[in-house]
Amino acid sequence: MAPTNPTSDALLELECVTIRFGGLTAVGGVSLSIRPGELVGLIGPNGAGKTTLFNMITGVYQPTEGTIRVAGKPTRGLKPFQITRLGVARTFQNIRLFPSLTVRDNVRVAFHLHLSHDAAHSLSRFGAFRREEAEIDRQVSRLLDIFQLGPHCDAPAKSLPYGDQRRLEILRALATRPKLLLLDEPAAGMNPTEKADLMRLIARIRGEFQLAILVVEHDMKFVMGLCERVNVLEYGVKIAEGTPDEIRRDPKVIEAYLGSDHAD
Amino acid sequence: MHFPKSQLWLALALVVAGVVSAFSGRIDAYFLDVALGAGINIVLAVSLNLINGFTGQFSLGHAGFMAVGAYTSAMLTTTFAAKLLPLVGGQTWILFPVALLAGGLVAAVAGIAVGAPSLRLKGDYLAIVTLGFGEIIKVVLQNIDALGAARGLYGVPSYTTVFWVFGLAAVTVYVVWALVNSTYGRGFLAVADDEIAAESMGLDTTRYKVTAFVVGAFFAGLAGGLYAHLKGYINPTGFDFNKSIEIVVIVILGGMGRHVGVVAAAILLSVLMEQLRRFGDYRMILYSLLLIVLMLARPQGLFAWRARRKAA
Repeated sequence: MAPTNPTSDALLELECVTIRFGGLTAVGGVSLSIRPGELVGLIGPNGAGKTTLFNMITGVYQPTEGTIRVAGKPTRGLKPFQITRLGVARTFQNIRLFPSLTVRDNVRVAFHLHLSHDAAHSLSRFGAFRREEAEIDRQVSRLLDIFQLGPHCDAPAKSLPYGDQRRLEILRALATRPKLLLLDEPAAGMNPTEKADLMRLIARIRGEFQLAILVVEHDMKFVMGLCERVNVLEYGVKIAEGTPDEIRRDPKVIEAYLGSDHAD
Repeated sequence: MHFPKSQLWLALALVVAGVVSAFSGRIDAYFLDVALGAGINIVLAVSLNLINGFTGQFSLGHAGFMAVGAYTSAMLTTTFAAKLLPLVGGQTWILFPVALLAGGLVAAVAGIAVGAPSLRLKGDYLAIVTLGFGEIIKVVLQNIDALGAARGLYGVPSYTTVFWVFGLAAVTVYVVWALVNSTYGRGFLAVADDEIAAESMGLDTTRYKVTAFVVGAFFAGLAGGLYAHLKGYINPTGFDFNKSIEIVVIVILGGMGRHVGVVAAAILLSVLMEQLRRFGDYRMILYSLLLIVLMLARPQGLFAWRARRKAA
């Protein structure tokens, strides 16, 4: 598989990214690029290295070899919070909210990134501080309304139903105002109705917030129905890339992932 | 100028502390002693609450920071008083706050020294490192002759008054409350809840933890200064592991990460310790039994009415 040509307008670029844990090569020489506003899927069987790839993009792991660039800037050596500041937000496979904080405060924490005040302003609490807090309050309320989480805003996040927790996590990631949103199995554990709702929601926020989105997902219908471009990983190696139709017809993908009886 | 309501409350608390202080001569000496002890415990517990309660880092070294503040300020008002007093025109009411502040700052520096390398440790490991720090401070103090070694420092002037104790208690409560109650400050609670998620939200979690540690250590240092100038005598064993545990117990009993609860628990436990003196040698047994009963009955904290913060 030839590496994707580095394009100057790419938002996220992976060049031959490899990570080894001891003798195990979890991800080997993966290249991919995402342009602003694209909705890209990443699929692959269990253990193919999808989440590991996410963890490298977000700085949780450092790749053993290869380069990751966000908006042209290499991310090697940056900590996760610094990569978030470059405009990359994520959700987690097993939801990671702030369980004891209220729904509102979960979102509010994400605004921290664009805050002009700090500890000293919190102590002085003068005009500019209060104006900024009021403005953040308004924006949090607006986001909560878009996601229909407004009625629960004062409840602790852990008290929300599962589907709402998933949506709150996406909302919280959005509140950092990312250019690229990474969703790690957002539909996991959802029923078909919830999945359909989630697909509509993802399509909607992408337009409304002008985002590029990279989705890791097991649910084929979900990925194929949502994404314009799909990357397929198997055993840490990218075996295919293309439109959902191309992926469906790709013999390597069919053999590796969809099973041979799927080749209709 | 339009002041926030919280600052008006702080100003009111300072005025009340000042007025009560002016009439403290009429207050029963024993009652006053217990009250001032309780006030110092408020400063200690509220500042530790920022570290252990709100930021979720388990520190067992608060007495160590208290010792640093106590010795620093006591040295300034005893050994170095002859040099320093002329600089402030011989006014002890200027010297004392300067000495307190110096104690707090040196403790804060100790907070950075201990916190910066050890805050990447979590839970039990951080507890052990801070415990070690407290013990090291004690042993170092026991071996420095200029600081009185194991005998301690005598003749520390009694500058501590109702105003200083309760004024500083009010300031501590305000600072911790104000820090936490802002979009910036919600970061402390986020770090306590889920560090990885906090990091993915763009929060510099190390910075938050060090900030909590430094602010906590600063106020522990102030409390140490108040204590030294209340008792008139300090020695290293006064700042041992038991003192750290006593403060941790107050924070847990008050409900980790609660404002009012921790203040109330500081008062309650200080008074309780005094009242139990009448039982002589049985005091610590009764104290321990009471703690067990309280924790069984109210594991979420004595004063936790609302379920806003999780019970730790």
